[in-house]
Amino acid sequence: MNTGKGSVRAAAGPGKGAGRAAVGASSSPEKSAGQTAVGTASSRDRALLAYTTRLGDNALILAQRMIELVAGYPELEEELANANFALDYIGQARMFYSYAGELEGKGRSEDDFAFLRDENEFHNFLLIEQPSGHFGDSIAKLVLFDSFYLLLLEALTRCSDERIAEIAARAEKEIRYHLRHNTQWLVRLGDGTEASHARVQESIDTLWQYTGELFAADEIDQLFTECFDGPVLGAIQEQWQTHVKAILDEATLTLPGDGWMASGGKQGRHSEHLGYMIAEMQYLQRTHPGASW
Amino acid sequence: MTNKEWPLYEVFIRSKSGLSHRHAGSIHAADDQMALDAARDTYTRRQEGVSIWVVRSSQIVASDPAETAAFFAPAEDKIYRHPTFYEMPEGVENL
Repeated sequence: MNTGKGSVRAAAGPGKGAGRAAVGASSSPEKSAGQTAVGTASSRDRALLAYTTRLGDNALILAQRMIELVAGYPELEEELANANFALDYIGQARMFYSYAGELEGKGRSEDDFAFLRDENEFHNFLLIEQPSGHFGDSIAKLVLFDSFYLLLLEALTRCSDERIAEIAARAEKEIRYHLRHNTQWLVRLGDGTEASHARVQESIDTLWQYTGELFAADEIDQLFTECFDGPVLGAIQEQWQTHVKAILDEATLTLPGDGWMASGGKQGRHSEHLGYMIAEMQYLQRTHPGASW
Repeated sequence: MTNKEWPLYEVFIRSKSGLSHRHAGSIHAADDQMALDAARDTYTRRQEGVSIWVVRSSQIVASDPAETAAFFAPAEDKIYRHPTFYEMPEGVENL
């Protein structure tokens, strides 16, 4: 259950992401739960803004990764499904970013968040920025992430911030279908031929090191959970492990053992892959500022 | 990848409760569940439906185009089979 949490925290040095600095000295989640320095309105607002932006970042970066695959899928029907899913994520990103813009109150639009921020300002998970690889890699990544994201969204529908709860309620339906669809694929590949089994097992093994970060609560997570009755990541982690184990069992795949876990995405410290992706995604707006059609 | 094609499925969509399913098109899929998903993702993206049927195209028994005359021509001169042939009495509801 301690999936690399220790290493995650140890590696989480001082980030310079928006909204982290003033959160307080408590670096460990257990401590901060006790010595709640939470009350102040400004830290509350900052946590909400940072948390909302992160949700948008995860949705957008994953969408962009999936969109890269358009016109490159092995089957037409599956390609259409993938594109549909990507558009669902973009829709979610737009809602989260619009809300973040309103919270911030500086007149930034959803597009400003998407196209005019730099790599270190994106606080998405390392897992979803990993290159898409082959079809099995994509499926494995989506199953690992969506299993988590669905649980997170379910919890968010019950949070005390109405707007987040509304967006989560809508997104939850979309992700429930994505997970259903992609889980079937993971089972087909895992329980398919010898070659597909071996390849998708390798996908799971390779991506596993990025799953620890999903559950490593930092100050923003802590504050959001405390102030807005948000998700408890420890509880979600237990549910996630049970769920993922059941899927992998059905797919005749092996659950990787606990090991070293990468971290930093949430704080804006990314793998080398994100920069290239963002450069491509933002090229048009950076080259022709304000261009629209 | 082998070049073996997945089987063809016919897709039927019911646009809203009370109406019947109509043929929407066809898709390729390796199994029934995949066919249902592919039908959903291909044919209900713009709120076209509330229910989907998929069926293997090979399972459909179809009339033979060569027998079109024998099958359908005899109905051509039976105009009295159309309900419009009869006059509707006034005041009758739900007919």
